[in-house]
Amino acid sequence: MRIVAKGLTYVYNPKSPFATQALKGMDLTIEEGEFFGIIGHTGSGKSTFVQHLNALIRLTGGELKVGDYDLAEKKCKVLELRSKVGMVFQYPEYQLFAETVKKDVAFGLKNFRKGISEEETEAAVREALRVAGIEYDEVAEKSPFELSGGQRRRVAIAGVIVTKPEVLILDEPAAGLDPLGKKELMELLHAIHGQWCKTIVIVSHDMDEIAENCTRAAVFSEGKVALCGTPQEIFSQGEALAAMGLDVPVTARCAQLLRARGIAVETDFTCDDFVKKVLALRAAACTPAAGAEGGDDAQ
Amino acid sequence: MLNDVTFGQYYPAKSFVHNMDPRAKLLFVIAYIVAIFLANNFFGLILVTLCLIFFILLARVPFGRVLRSIKMILFLIVFTAILNLLFYAGGEGDIVLAKWWIITISWQSIINTVFLAMRLLLLVLGTALLTLTTTPVALTDGIESLLKPLKYIKFPVHELALIMSIALRFIPSLMEETNRIVSAQKARGANFETGGLIRRAKAMIPVLIPLLVSAFRRAEDLGDAMDARCYSGAKGRTKYKKLTFTWRDLLGLLFFVALITGVVLLNTYLLGRFDIIWQVQEWFGA
Amino acid sequence: MEDVTSAAAAEGAAASAAPELAVRFQNVKYTYDEEGGAFAVNGVTLDIRAGEFVAVLGRNGSGKSTLAKLVNALLRPTEGKVTVFGMDTSDPKKAFDIRKSAGMVFQNPDNQTVASVVEDDVAFGPENIGVPRKEIGERIAYALDAVGMSEFRHATPSRLSGGQKQRIAIAGVLAILPKIMILDESTAMLDPKGRREVMNVVKKLNREQGMTVILITHFMEEALEAERAVVMHRGEVVMDGTPEEIFARADELETYNLALPRAAYICKQLQRAGMPVADAFNAEELAEAICASLQKG
Repeated sequence: MRIVAKGLTYVYNPKSPFATQALKGMDLTIEEGEFFGIIGHTGSGKSTFVQHLNALIRLTGGELKVGDYDLAEKKCKVLELRSKVGMVFQYPEYQLFAETVKKDVAFGLKNFRKGISEEETEAAVREALRVAGIEYDEVAEKSPFELSGGQRRRVAIAGVIVTKPEVLILDEPAAGLDPLGKKELMELLHAIHGQWCKTIVIVSHDMDEIAENCTRAAVFSEGKVALCGTPQEIFSQGEALAAMGLDVPVTARCAQLLRARGIAVETDFTCDDFVKKVLALRAAACTPAAGAEGGDDAQ
Repeated sequence: MLNDVTFGQYYPAKSFVHNMDPRAKLLFVIAYIVAIFLANNFFGLILVTLCLIFFILLARVPFGRVLRSIKMILFLIVFTAILNLLFYAGGEGDIVLAKWWIITISWQSIINTVFLAMRLLLLVLGTALLTLTTTPVALTDGIESLLKPLKYIKFPVHELALIMSIALRFIPSLMEETNRIVSAQKARGANFETGGLIRRAKAMIPVLIPLLVSAFRRAEDLGDAMDARCYSGAKGRTKYKKLTFTWRDLLGLLFFVALITGVVLLNTYLLGRFDIIWQVQEWFGA
Repeated sequence: MEDVTSAAAAEGAAASAAPELAVRFQNVKYTYDEEGGAFAVNGVTLDIRAGEFVAVLGRNGSGKSTLAKLVNALLRPTEGKVTVFGMDTSDPKKAFDIRKSAGMVFQNPDNQTVASVVEDDVAFGPENIGVPRKEIGERIAYALDAVGMSEFRHATPSRLSGGQKQRIAIAGVLAILPKIMILDESTAMLDPKGRREVMNVVKKLNREQGMTVILITHFMEEALEAERAVVMHRGEVVMDGTPEEIFARADELETYNLALPRAAYICKQLQRAGMPVADAFNAEELAEAICASLQKG
């Protein structure tokens, strides 16, 4: 499903002394099949925007289309939409409630598909847990509160993907995890992407995470899209990001410093690609007629 | 996003009323309530109303903002008023206007109803003005301070006040959390809006359980944080904020003494509650 | 206010002149399971000197938070002995004095404040230890100034950002005038900006006031700010040294499921591929090293 937002506006607590405009005319298109990143400070409108996508926040200004669903229409089938646009909130493990993992994961499924048979439910839950990297037979009858933090997060994600949503939105999916936990979670998302869920949208303020995982990203600032493009396009604009008080990935910062010294590293800003490009430069520098040396001379 | 604005209705402004000592304000509200119930005729209530208007002006809170506080209990006021109107136990000499089965409407019952509604309205508006001009924290401090004498009969005043203040402090956090959990379960197809009472109550389980778990987790965290900051009960504890009675509070207190005296005087020397009927009939020559 | 600050500074100066022992762990074991299950902390022996800035690294569940709580007597060792400035944490009568000298900031910025106004919250600690009213006012001013939050003295904590809330929590601890500041994953729930704010405050306290800092974290980059890093794995201290020494042992770190900071990782990869680059731990050093290496040709 293609997501198209045009001139989206939203005000919290309208007509009160505490009124705050969270979205100030947001234009953004997310194509089907993307692994899309949304970057921005707290209060830049990220959460407000993504909650529009499955009508958790109803459209009050502007246009928004998610696939064939027109959110501006009063008659828009909200429940159907929500089964197709899954949303994983921050620290999703804190939303588990049922007495067993199985029942918790099945919750969404039973809400969206009234009267689904027990066999079908079990098969779907088993499959969702497997995709989320959890052994069904081990945990199905356990209370979610008995599991470790990392496992609980996976169970919570399974509870959202169990309906096979076409779009999966995750708000800070890796928050609070240690580096290895983060890496494993991102691997999980890549495994889901393209097969289980066509489109993945993550909200994150970890620039390295965006650079290493997303096909395209948008930088939100004060309720608007400030920058949009591939990570390469975004992170080459170090000054613009710095002006918004945002970081750049380590690779981008390093490339920026090298450029200032006349060494151009054309990288997509993932660590491994950066290593490869630097090694290529070195190989070029070792052969007599090398481009990198030209750069040095210019300095 | 944050919804804490709907909780508590403190209206930030700089005014004479805002600056008054919360204890004084609490005492005033008590005196004000006493005045409302002492008032036996319309003149007394009008005096109380004038006094309320005066304080609203003094507090620099828009009238609309104060009036809005009635909205929540408007139903209650209308309901009691209707009951009162229809089932007023009349006495001898009531001027009956309509009578049907056990229902009697008389001049007296109408007046009584208006009187009752006015009392309720004044009550709500007065207490609303208190919460509009006093932060919940200051209010807690004021209550703690006023209850202090109870310490001597081993009443845990300090603990009670601390519990109240922590509860107030956690309301915004828990509200935010509730919003998030509700959204998360809605995203999983939960429906809180339709269905009968039982269905809706059942629908709340996926919200209440995580909320409870979270409240316990927070309580545990907070306990650790309080321990780490050397909390060990009221013993040997000092207090940073001392409430101070100032000339404002004295002035306000005097004002309310005057109000009560005025109401009592009006009760005694002016017409009784129903005398207005004769008065009105006289004016219209009935 | 000045006398409070200068007193703290003087204490810090005295501490750095003759580095006394701040915390000592002697073969400490701790289990949450009273029946004697697995040890969350399993035989830790560790000395931390006054004025040191120690980062404690490890995966979630490696026992680093338990270690932190053992320092200020929130937990008491099942076996072994923990002393803080010579005071034994197993002695319940000492708990109060230990907590006065070892303050602690926790992970969740929302669960540490007791009051709805910043200054009331900062006052909570001093009130508990019976500081006279006038001095509490001075301590609030000092503590809020130290974390750069003076202008928020009358604000409501729930309206502040995560980083600001944690700075208030630090101020609440500072107002007790502790000699040790323990941060138990206090940056884990913050965004990069908030994390930076907190780290800057902590660094400043360590450098300017000689505050002993114990920073529990799983952000490898943060460990670079410390002068000493301790790696925990399954309840044991498995590595101990300067952050640079620790990160130079990349293969060993990997066995504990820890990853290098990204800059160090890139540097290591370049070295493994045979490029002669100097060790680098951040973007600036890395750029420098690559540049030098390329120019040498």
